[in-house]
Amino acid sequence: MWNATNSDAVTIFPRKSYSKQFIADFPDGFLPFQIGIVGVGYAGFDSMTPGLSTRELMFEAATRAYEDAGVDPRKDVQSFVCCTEDFWEGISITDEYMPDQLGAVLRPLCTISSDGIIGLATACMHIMSGIADVAVVESHSKISDVVNPDEIASFGYDPIYTHHHFDADPRFLAGMEMARYLKETGTKREYCAQVAVKNKKNALSNSRGVHGADIDKGIVMNSQIAASPLTELESSKGIDASIVFVLASAQKARKLGDQTVWIKGIGWSSDTPVVEDRDFARSEYVEQAAGRAYKMANVKSPASYFDLAEVDDTYSYKELQSLEAMKLASKGKAGKMVDTGSFDADGRLPVNASGGSLGVGHLLEATGLHRTLEAVMQLRGQAGRLQVPRAKKALVQSWRGIPTATGAVAVLGN
Amino acid sequence: MSQKITSYQGREITPDEVKEGKYLDIVYKFEPKYSWAAGVAISRFLTELKDGKIVARKCYKCERILVPPRMYCEQCYRPTDEWVQVKDTGTVNTFSISHVGTDARRLKTPILVAVVDIDGASPGMGILHNLGEVERSKISVGMKVQAVWKGSEERQGAITDIRYFKPI
Repeated sequence: MWNATNSDAVTIFPRKSYSKQFIADFPDGFLPFQIGIVGVGYAGFDSMTPGLSTRELMFEAATRAYEDAGVDPRKDVQSFVCCTEDFWEGISITDEYMPDQLGAVLRPLCTISSDGIIGLATACMHIMSGIADVAVVESHSKISDVVNPDEIASFGYDPIYTHHHFDADPRFLAGMEMARYLKETGTKREYCAQVAVKNKKNALSNSRGVHGADIDKGIVMNSQIAASPLTELESSKGIDASIVFVLASAQKARKLGDQTVWIKGIGWSSDTPVVEDRDFARSEYVEQAAGRAYKMANVKSPASYFDLAEVDDTYSYKELQSLEAMKLASKGKAGKMVDTGSFDADGRLPVNASGGSLGVGHLLEATGLHRTLEAVMQLRGQAGRLQVPRAKKALVQSWRGIPTATGAVAVLGN
Repeated sequence: MSQKITSYQGREITPDEVKEGKYLDIVYKFEPKYSWAAGVAISRFLTELKDGKIVARKCYKCERILVPPRMYCEQCYRPTDEWVQVKDTGTVNTFSISHVGTDARRLKTPILVAVVDIDGASPGMGILHNLGEVERSKISVGMKVQAVWKGSEERQGAITDIRYFKPI
């Protein structure tokens, strides 16, 4: 029989202590923050993966991540974090099904029922606190296993006073956000369509892209209306994938290799679940999350700081709203900037050069990890045909989708 | 907010009042539907059950034979290497007699649940299944049992292709 080797179970990894002056000099009391992304791996990126179970898909992704990082999950990892939801899996208490395929049997593992970037934040906290030197974050989408995903999204509305009014596709909330955003910012309707045009075109150069297409604004705006003004070609479609990240403390990361990408700041925030009370035009939760990440990373002028950004584009208008929330565009100006090519792959600031969710596909709670994956490939100089020249600083951001108001942001650098 | 309540005002709402629509009563049947991909390991396992066989996967590193089969060894963390047919006999590792149904109803015929360590697989590798053709008082840990299969016509590639395990 196999014996558990728990020799590292009681190890506390000492963290550098900072002088009072050093901490006082740092903005808003945030400690200097540097966690290394030392390995990435993924599997899937297909509309359907009928040949593999969720767990087998995860094993493929995790094996690649551990090989990439040069770590043995049975010995070198002190914390595993999984980001998934029971209803998407179709198994209750689904966290219990996660250990084996990640190498996490009889090891510390927890599940975060939220987006992958919040999983990254959790792993960062485990590392910062000294209970882990190396931590693993996994998230996946096996949407092809779900026959009626709209039923699950709809069930996210308040059960007593919202859910039962409407027998409508849950995207009506996106339609309402979009309408208010357009009205309040004066953004032209066609600029939203241009987001879909840009991202679907970018995805044609991405080997992970499932929904790439060379189309124009007319086709996007004339595609079927999902919930006005939002059309079908402005709504991302679910695909399958598993994505795994290996994170390490700065000290450990330096030992593990020379292609580390650093997490320099991370933030997340949730607005009220009372949908009526939210600001439909603005993503306040993204403003908050970005504000925290910027302070942590000491980013003073976001609009000129980054070399690329991978931001939420679950729906076309979301990209514009997110760009404005993160101050990469002034209020009401993101649409015009998309239309004039500022955010093209070869523009001033490439936004979703990967193709984003509209071009690659939507990955449920793994969407944030997808954006991070694309940014890490860029910062490593391994993005192939997508490569943004001299990419050194990247911004990634995610939203948890309808009907949530939760967003997460991370600042990355190489 | 909490306070010591000594008596409650009012009276209970009756089922009839709810039926009449006198009070807000929300009944919603949440119906998520799934078509899980069984995956490489379990698909083969189920296909072999249809043929009346139990198959396992062997890991060359720890040399364990895993039932139910998995394409990866969770302890060595590597892919498993080989399909192995194991026997349809085994030993009761543990058991429980369930007297309560999923709807909290007392069961007239209790359900005999057991983990059967399968002969030919590594120690502690078993199948969670029912016991049958046995008196409740006679079940014991360590009892030798054998699978009772459905007829080949009836089998559909499911764990229920084995009806139950009976003592031998």
